[in-house]
Amino acid sequence: MRMKRIGTIGVAGAGILGVLALTGCAADTKASGGGDDKVVLAEPSWVGATANAAVVKKLLEDELDVKVEAKQMDEPVAFDALNSGKADAILEDWHGVPKKEKLYVEKKKTVVSGGDLGVVGHIGWFVPKYWADKHPDAVKDFKKLNKYYKDFRTSESGKLGHFIGAAPSYSQHDKELIKNFDMKFKHIPSGAEAAQLKELKRLYDAKKPFLTYWWEPQWMNEKIDMVEVKLPKHTPGCEVPASKAKCGYETNQLEKFLNADFAKSNSKAAQFIKNFHWSTEDQNEVAGMIAGEKMDPEDAAAKWIKENKSKWEKWIPKK
Amino acid sequence: MSSPTLTKDETTQSSPPSSGSSGPRTTPEAPSALARFAANPKALALVVAALVVIVSGLVSGDGTWPHSLTADVKSPLNDLDNWLVDNRDTHWIFLYFLLHLSNTAQVCYDTLLSLLESMSYVGVIVVGTLIAWAAGGADLSRRALRTGGTALAVFVVCGVLDVWEPTMETLALMIVAVVFSALLGGLLGLASGLSDRCEKILRPVFDTMQVMPAFAYLLPLILMFDIGVPSALIATVIYAAPPMARLTSLGLRQADPTALEAATSLGADARQRLLTARLPLARKQMMLGLNQTIMMCLSMVVLASLIGAGGLGSEVYEALGALKIGDALVAGIAVVLLAVLLDRTTAAAGERLDDVATSGISRTVERLRLAVWGGIVVLIGVFAAVGTAIAGNEWPEGWVVDFSNSVDTAVDWFTDHLGSGIPVLGGTITWAQGFTEYVLNPLRDGLLATPWWGLALLVAVIGWIVGTWRAALTGVICLALIGWMRLWDVAMDTLSQVLAGLFLTIIVGVLVGILCARVQRVDRIMRPVLDTMQTMPQFVYLIPVIALVGQNRTGGILAAVIYAAPAVIRITAQGLRTVDPAAMEASTSLGATGKQQLFGVQLPLARKSMLVALNQGVVLVLSMVVIAGLIGGGALGYMVVQGLSKGDLSQGFPAGIAIVCLGIMLDRLSQPVGKRVRD
Repeated sequence: MRMKRIGTIGVAGAGILGVLALTGCAADTKASGGGDDKVVLAEPSWVGATANAAVVKKLLEDELDVKVEAKQMDEPVAFDALNSGKADAILEDWHGVPKKEKLYVEKKKTVVSGGDLGVVGHIGWFVPKYWADKHPDAVKDFKKLNKYYKDFRTSESGKLGHFIGAAPSYSQHDKELIKNFDMKFKHIPSGAEAAQLKELKRLYDAKKPFLTYWWEPQWMNEKIDMVEVKLPKHTPGCEVPASKAKCGYETNQLEKFLNADFAKSNSKAAQFIKNFHWSTEDQNEVAGMIAGEKMDPEDAAAKWIKENKSKWEKWIPKK
Repeated sequence: MSSPTLTKDETTQSSPPSSGSSGPRTTPEAPSALARFAANPKALALVVAALVVIVSGLVSGDGTWPHSLTADVKSPLNDLDNWLVDNRDTHWIFLYFLLHLSNTAQVCYDTLLSLLESMSYVGVIVVGTLIAWAAGGADLSRRALRTGGTALAVFVVCGVLDVWEPTMETLALMIVAVVFSALLGGLLGLASGLSDRCEKILRPVFDTMQVMPAFAYLLPLILMFDIGVPSALIATVIYAAPPMARLTSLGLRQADPTALEAATSLGADARQRLLTARLPLARKQMMLGLNQTIMMCLSMVVLASLIGAGGLGSEVYEALGALKIGDALVAGIAVVLLAVLLDRTTAAAGERLDDVATSGISRTVERLRLAVWGGIVVLIGVFAAVGTAIAGNEWPEGWVVDFSNSVDTAVDWFTDHLGSGIPVLGGTITWAQGFTEYVLNPLRDGLLATPWWGLALLVAVIGWIVGTWRAALTGVICLALIGWMRLWDVAMDTLSQVLAGLFLTIIVGVLVGILCARVQRVDRIMRPVLDTMQTMPQFVYLIPVIALVGQNRTGGILAAVIYAAPAVIRITAQGLRTVDPAAMEASTSLGATGKQQLFGVQLPLARKSMLVALNQGVVLVLSMVVIAGLIGGGALGYMVVQGLSKGDLSQGFPAGIAIVCLGIMLDRLSQPVGKRVRD
């Protein structure tokens, strides 16, 4: 009796699965029929990238009638996705994964550059303005920080000053700099960008001194006022190998990368993405709306698009 | 200062079994504590080992693993990495095996998702509610109505919170993941339940699957399967299959021998016995396993999004990048609700099967149920065909409520005031600093100062006391492996955090557990809180934790305690509640006060469950090491995270293995022989 019942349930289950599969396939063919030219954007987890993706998505969908999906993935993962074609483009790359960049762009030629984004990225060591005003000498020469390391001590860093390091996926050689220049600081990495942002916000609100790896463009820069500490000038290749690095960071022209096939197709979407080029201020405006004013990315993009028609008209490919 | 803290901690862990030799009820009027102590060789050995550790630690001051006993594990891993990248488009193992695997996974997911989408929200709600109702019995009984009602509420709330689309993506992924995990787990469980040899081989495999941080194997999976749904699915299955397997095997092994005997005497062969007696008898355990598997699948949602699976996990992660706690919380709530939905539905189905097994079923009811299922299938077809036509593709825009901004404000206010605004007591930030300075730093310095052989000796002695020489050997081998991979110092940093986290978890867990067991009302209030704490993706509370205690190791530990305490609370409360009522009655009639009853009767009698609680605490705290790495825990956790995000196999993988080693070591040290209970 019981066996029979289990049997009927089994048959019923198989039946359901079968129907699922059939209807699914039917739905599948429908979807792929209209979705041939869907563009997949790799969107790293920082807000600037969200701003890029939101504006590009909105314009592509409204002006060129191209379907866009923004998939959230960090740089290293994004390069794999560009290589395999699971993503068509990344709009903002900080050259944080040189190994993969070399492999896919130069060796396998599955990923191609899409030109500069226009936004200039800059990484450096920063202190809050309220501290910098009191100690202008340390801002001009990073070695003078050693004089004040006691200001930066925390329970984490013990006897040394606390250096707030970058999130794991970011380009960095601070640990080596601290070692090579005998700085009296302990490099304590942030686990994630969000964690670092929150920690800085907390310290800033409490008016505590801190020394951190920081960069622009960054939407938080509108909310907290920081001053850069001068590091030795960057010369090409000076940070390779990292263990011998004795220089600051390169000022980075953020670059777009495209899947090679997508770029070759030269579709309208591909042309548009190659044309897409805006300034740090523009990006910060949109990012600030998203993160600072907590607007929905789509609404923020719509607002910017409405106000800056002259800027984006150039991106639309000519017929 | 440092080493005593450590040894004290270790002694408390091992004291129950060592006092066990002198009878379960140690009476205070025993002859002389010293005499008893001297007569106990194991306790003596422990003290000697502890002394060796303290003295050697003080003398040497630097106890790192000798460099000559290490090996370079990085180069071969780098080679493997390069090989995978170079060959994955051409080698036969990818073309003819792995590619099929990943395509199957992708097709299953795509099919299900497009089905859900084509049914539109109306179809999903109707069919989902009907399925839940049918699972609960498809009648007017309370169970069926309640299950259906839960499903309806879950779907509607997800829609109202404006996360309908990602919820569907996650639901599709989860259904596929649960089905695959249950199948794989069931098969492995069958193997290890029926054959002792399989059991022996598979047990360490299950241990590794569960303790190995998913972050560590995400990277090799990406290398093999590329980013996207297949990798995410496989990672989820690896993580979620073990409980199903373990409980299936347990159920098969526990089957009543008389029932089997009866089946044999009726002339059933091995296969018939399995199908008619053993599997049905193991049904309860298997349902429990399925339930655990579902929970574990859902806990992987955010991680899955890190490698391109999308869905609610992406929402959580993206919201965090902009510090929008409210948005992250909304997506987190949807994850919890999905867990509730799947949990209640499977639980109801299990209960119903139980009822059928015990009281039978009439033909009409059976026909009716079959008809309902048939109706559901037809409805799916109908909605798939015309769903979007009736109701459109998306959840209507007007029907949403947005409270994420008010959540942000509330959380900010709360953390600001708790963080440093409390008069006299200072606030959480000050406490966290104190904790780091007076507990964590000394503990870490102590572990680092202790020579490796001293620590190995201590581990061996504790292992020997708690378990057998086997446990001792395993512990020492684990330590050696860590040293061999050149991760000794980092691992000691992690170990100090794990021990401190464990200590807090046990204190909080046992105290709240006692409260829950003794005060009904606390129990009722705590139950939903515990459910939420266990299923809410940990990423959601990482930011508030930083606001409360700052980005440091204490933050990581706090997150671990939040995650691990519920299990300890539950097991403790359960253990206390199930203490033999006769013993309680007896103590009451002898005039024992509530306090005496608790310490004299309940706690000693519940010792076994307390040990299970300790063991669960170890496993869960350890599973948070990586998450703690995300908010300043550093050490091994950070290495794993960086390994994944930089795509560096040679960094992430060994660190993951080191975490497994720590896990197995602590597990063996906290698990007396013959009392292995997991899940």
